[in-house]
Amino acid sequence: MNIIICIKQVPDTAEVRINPETNTLIREGVPSIINPYDLHAIEAALKIKEKTGARVTVITMGPPQAEDALREAISMGADDVRLISDRAFAGADTWATSYALYKAIEKLGYDIILCGKQAIDGDTAQVGPEVAEFLNIPHIAYIRKIEDVSDKSIKVQRLMDEGYDVVESPLPVLLTVVKELNTPRLPSLKGKMAAKKAVITRMDLNAIGAEAENVGLKGSPTQVKNIFAPQSKADRKMFQGSVEEQVDALVGELRGVKCV
Amino acid sequence: MRIAVNIERCTGCGQCIDSCPFTAIVMQEGKAFINEYCQFCRACMSICPEGAIIEIMEEGDIQKADISDYKGVWVFAEQRDGMVASVAYELLGAGRRLADKLKAELSAVLFGSTEDQAKELIRWGADKVYHCKDSIFEKFNDEPYSQLLTNLVKTHKPEIVLAGATPIGRSFIPRVAARVRTGLTADCTALEIDGDSGNLLQIRPAFGGNIMATILCPNHRPQMATVRPRVMKRGEYNADRNGEIIPVSADNITSRTKVLETIKEVSECMVNLQEADVIVAGGRGLGKPDGFKMLEELAEVLNGAVGASRAAVDEGWIPYSHQVGQTGKTVCPKIYIACGISGAVQHLVGMQSSDIIIAINKNPEAPIFNVATYGIVGDVYEVVPLLIKKFKEAKQ
Repeated sequence: MNIIICIKQVPDTAEVRINPETNTLIREGVPSIINPYDLHAIEAALKIKEKTGARVTVITMGPPQAEDALREAISMGADDVRLISDRAFAGADTWATSYALYKAIEKLGYDIILCGKQAIDGDTAQVGPEVAEFLNIPHIAYIRKIEDVSDKSIKVQRLMDEGYDVVESPLPVLLTVVKELNTPRLPSLKGKMAAKKAVITRMDLNAIGAEAENVGLKGSPTQVKNIFAPQSKADRKMFQGSVEEQVDALVGELRGVKCV
Repeated sequence: MRIAVNIERCTGCGQCIDSCPFTAIVMQEGKAFINEYCQFCRACMSICPEGAIIEIMEEGDIQKADISDYKGVWVFAEQRDGMVASVAYELLGAGRRLADKLKAELSAVLFGSTEDQAKELIRWGADKVYHCKDSIFEKFNDEPYSQLLTNLVKTHKPEIVLAGATPIGRSFIPRVAARVRTGLTADCTALEIDGDSGNLLQIRPAFGGNIMATILCPNHRPQMATVRPRVMKRGEYNADRNGEIIPVSADNITSRTKVLETIKEVSECMVNLQEADVIVAGGRGLGKPDGFKMLEELAEVLNGAVGASRAAVDEGWIPYSHQVGQTGKTVCPKIYIACGISGAVQHLVGMQSSDIIIAINKNPEAPIFNVATYGIVGDVYEVVPLLIKKFKEAKQ
């Protein structure tokens, strides 16, 4: 059995802030990490590997420094990694990213593909399902438990708004996972040694066999027009005086509102 | 197109590196270098004091699909157990506004469910409803949903397609966008029509709600977006409104996945939180778990529900099911009373579309006051008991 995990290197968004005057991001000293949801996808794959002896391959699309994320995946126990990297992939939106990943995955062979439910920088949750559509395989999103897995099929719990569904799918299948699924393991010492020594294989535009017009900015239907700080209301009213006076003023203002 | 650094002008000051939201700029041999992470947001171009960062147009940059045939606004009306979900009515409100601005028709698409529910969609503003009653849609499976919506989009060519950013919408809509080769913007919190181009401006939070971005899909159709529940306002309900229901068949639609079981796990208060007209929410400023008892009393006087910031939940003062914000629930009550909540962006994205926001905080500089309709600077333990007393008096 072959398992492929798609991961993304992201800035730790808890640290990212916008400067409202210049509308630019303040990200001094913000570290790059493996997208936290993807760690749960790696863990899920390693658990299946322990049971079935599956081969676990971790891939990422990104600039050369995304290699660090792949080394971390090796230290957790991945058997193999691929860095999908080419200047032609720059500026890809979810469509163009999914297309490039699909082309790469086709070259690698797969039974199960795992992704985090979304990346914490973009929060789109779209790349997993789009990759599944390109590969023409089923997908199940928001997996919180893997109940059973065999050579031919998988049974999982899918998180929904009002509870969960138990869903069965034949293989190959793509799954996106949520944090409740498991607790990602820490790298082992042996893993860290392997990560240090590993030679990272890179796949460029030619290697994945994609057409230039379908990747990167050229392949992207959407464009970022601008970014800005979350807006604040200008028409706010601050009450003055003692606490009692302020409370009286507030109750007075709310008198006209129906539900009070 | 690409964004590049003119290395003759670059002084290596590094300001662009800090300005880049995507970690796309690195220092190489004392000069800035823009790598594959670049998303063309142009933030660095405005920050560079030397004007060294430039946009370079390349051949074949603009790929224009023929978009002039695409007309009308569509809302995918999600149903659960046969009942149309609340977010669908919100989308009809938003869709009606967009359609009127474009002088176009508003259509709803309903898979599964009943004719009665289809009629409801018309009363909430749809001109047409494409309705497929096939039993394959009873349970949610991604493939039949995406196959049929893809077919309908290819046949009828709508200009805009909106769906709820729910576990269902966010799961299968990407497959449709991939198949019809168009853009999809996730989890939008505002939608506008650009006056000049007629393009849909899709506004959404990114980086965990720390920044907002406006996304365009200028050269492909339809323009597709999932929209966060409870941020759009419903339109007018008109029981006499007329419209057309167009039956759709599910020929050749199949599913490889199969839903074996559906388990409901709804906590009482979660429902209350999302449906309450008034929410009284507490944060770290309460200082102790007992503070929530006081908030419960205020909520009771106002017939409301109790919410909390992540800080209060992390402290263990109140269960997670009460949490409002990026990692909790998005709420949109008529009145939101924030007590001792400083107003981290992650909290604000979950409640800032409330009609009236009342902020009570000791610190006059707290960011919560930036989104507040009314602000009271003071100790919550002084203000809230007074509020309880005054509201009780006002009620009598």
